[in-house]
Amino acid sequence: MADSGVTDGPNKKDEIERVKSEGKDLTKEEKQRLRKEKKQQKKNKEKKDDKASQESEKEKKSATSAAPASQPPTQLPAQKAPSAVPAPAPVPVPASEAPAPADKPAKSKAELKAERRARQEAERASKQGKKGEVGQQAPQGKSKAPPSELQPVVKRLPEHIQVDNPDVLKKLAKKLERQQTPGYNAATKIPLRSDYGYKVSLFSHLHQYSRKAPLTQQLSIPSTVIHPAIVQLGLQYSQGIVAGSNARSVALLHAFKQVIRDYTTPPNEELSRDLVNKLKPYISFLNQCRPLSASMGNAIKYIKKEISNIPSQCKEEEAKSKLLNCIDCYINEKIVLAAKAIAKYSIEKISDGDVILVYGCSSLVNHILCEAFEKSRKFRVIVVDSRPRLEGREALRRLVQRGISCTYVLISAVSYILPEVSKVFLGAHALLANGYVMSRVGTSQIALVAKAFNVPVLVCCETYKFCDRVQTDSFVSNELDDPDDLIVTRKGKTQLEDWHQVDSLGLLNLVYDVTPPDFVDLVITDLGMIPCTSVPVVLRVKNVDQ
Amino acid sequence: MVLPEDELVEYFRAQMRKDPDMASAVAAIRTLLEFLKRDKGETILGLRENLTWATDCLTGVDSSVAVSSGGELFLRFISLTSLEHQDLSRCKKVMEERGELFLEKISMSRTKVAKLCHTFIKDGAKILTHSYSRVVLRVLEKAAAEKKRFSVYVTESQPDSAGRQMAEALRKLNVPVTVVLDAAVGYVLEKVDLVIVGAEGVVESGGIINKIGTYQMAVCSKAHNKPFYVVAESFKFVRLYPLNQQDVPDKFKYKADTLKTVQNLSEEHPIIDYTPPSLITLLFTDLGVLTPSAVSDELIKLYL
Repeated sequence: MADSGVTDGPNKKDEIERVKSEGKDLTKEEKQRLRKEKKQQKKNKEKKDDKASQESEKEKKSATSAAPASQPPTQLPAQKAPSAVPAPAPVPVPASEAPAPADKPAKSKAELKAERRARQEAERASKQGKKGEVGQQAPQGKSKAPPSELQPVVKRLPEHIQVDNPDVLKKLAKKLERQQTPGYNAATKIPLRSDYGYKVSLFSHLHQYSRKAPLTQQLSIPSTVIHPAIVQLGLQYSQGIVAGSNARSVALLHAFKQVIRDYTTPPNEELSRDLVNKLKPYISFLNQCRPLSASMGNAIKYIKKEISNIPSQCKEEEAKSKLLNCIDCYINEKIVLAAKAIAKYSIEKISDGDVILVYGCSSLVNHILCEAFEKSRKFRVIVVDSRPRLEGREALRRLVQRGISCTYVLISAVSYILPEVSKVFLGAHALLANGYVMSRVGTSQIALVAKAFNVPVLVCCETYKFCDRVQTDSFVSNELDDPDDLIVTRKGKTQLEDWHQVDSLGLLNLVYDVTPPDFVDLVITDLGMIPCTSVPVVLRVKNVDQ
Repeated sequence: MVLPEDELVEYFRAQMRKDPDMASAVAAIRTLLEFLKRDKGETILGLRENLTWATDCLTGVDSSVAVSSGGELFLRFISLTSLEHQDLSRCKKVMEERGELFLEKISMSRTKVAKLCHTFIKDGAKILTHSYSRVVLRVLEKAAAEKKRFSVYVTESQPDSAGRQMAEALRKLNVPVTVVLDAAVGYVLEKVDLVIVGAEGVVESGGIINKIGTYQMAVCSKAHNKPFYVVAESFKFVRLYPLNQQDVPDKFKYKADTLKTVQNLSEEHPIIDYTPPSLITLLFTDLGVLTPSAVSDELIKLYL
């Protein structure tokens, strides 16, 4: 596996070297050492497998009928095995046996043990079905229980937050290359975008791309792997032409509709499986252009589920029209109708004489305010804005057009105007399973100051933005935007234009931050008004429905 | 309309008079059950509309939150069963049975709450409570029956001096009780070990609506780091979500007669206030001992 990285075309090598120059410098000897260690680990694992199977056979021979009290230990290893198996990453990670390098032996051992245990459970289950005797399994379970209880549960980190790990980058490069349709040469693969500029050390585990080097420039023409609608979408994302959670999801779904329309099933293939495989390189490409948002992730999960649920007898035309219909329904239900429902609940909370503070440009919050104004509620709005995106200006434009009286301030003045404010309405990018709200950077600051002034904070969020992730700080998983955006020219002088020359200077352009649930008083969703701590209940109810 | 409005109201008042210890919501539900039995509607939808109308009438008599929440929950409970029978009378019978079941459950609720809560009262404890609450009384009765020695401070709770009624009832149980002024809550709190109050309504956020003065007591107990416990039956859970004191609807803030007669409400004193969930330690309900964030989960289960 490691060899293929060296024997490919010259483009591949250049890119890997560029990638490596950002992180550690791996010499040839180190590469060889890594390769050897991986082989060793494979061998060790095979040895352990043999030993384990020998052990289990011995135990079965000496098995006696055990008390039902030993049943719980059987349950325990069974439960620990699936949890020790790596957590699902947002982008599918290839199932390589020994991913960890030499400096993390404990992690790989645990993973190997977990995989071995999982296989044993499968074997055991099949044998149980054949024999139907429970007593024999119990002593096996008992002996396995102590080692599993001592083993810490190790989860694999998603790769988009391991940018400073060169092996992960190598794996990503190989995966992108593998996702091209077989039969095409290396020149039509999905390119790997390289990081730009000095990264602040606290965020060095995240990607930082430059807007001036869009991924599409590295694509060759004709780019037969990626559908032109997707290429257009990727460019729009990376240049910031399509921005905002809802807008990005809707654009994504429309592009997928176009892909489905232009799709023809190749001979000897099933639509349900082939189409999903076709979508994978598109999703990797879009992820390279700009990291996927939680709402986009949920939309993609939904589409993949719908595609794989298509019965095989279904004719292609029928299947395609069904899929297009599904996508339309999804957009209508989860975005358009949800916005109407949320507006209905929100209007109850807006009373005459209110002074409402909004931050940035959230399509949902703007919709709510316009609806409330139509229903003749008397209120005025204070729009808070921040650099470098200055999205508040767009919100201001939309509200003033409707005739709502607005005030515009920058975020540095928030503690000055808050005594005037009666309510704060915020939009959200995603709502995490522990009740934290992930939104545009600056949101948690506004929530904090509002709490200090005892002003109620209301977050408006559709349920399709709820995600199962848990995050307590803004460092672990975030997005770094182009650092050059922070450079501004005033009175003919551009102060930061030579920031690359200064070694100790780094520019940080964060996109998201997380707000803890103590600062949020109410979350308005299409299911109703819930406190921030009830998000896991909604997720549970949704999963039951599906 | 077989049971016209005044008859309905009369029945309700009669129920209240018959058993003064019964919660007003229970009386309302009894009335609604009677209404259901006598209703001669032709369709289920019509039946529902009539019941909703009846609940509104009763809210017009007694504007407490519990009456409206109890009525809504009653309606939900009886229709939460398969009403697929062809015959309307059979459906009605099913609904009536469910109604009786509901009534039985909620009449047991106070006992359940008392059973859960009395263990939190330790021997030698000093308790502070607010105004007259029958649930709190039941809890203290149970604790006294378990041979625990404790003393109680009750606030006078103006404008109706309901606190004195509470003190009388406690003296009958041989519990040492002191009546304090509403303004003396901060003064008394350093001597007190825990605070127990009842609730007229429990809202979606986990906060409570109760007699005016409760919010003050909650803020003071937070400042003194004393636990603030709320005892409430589950039929008091209501689908409101106030953000602050102003956000509570007017129809709950004032007595029903005041709402009908007075022109300018801003000159009237509200009789209830809202206590946010951040000030409440635990809620004791017949569904169990809940933290304020768990109330929303229970409400989602009840209503969704």
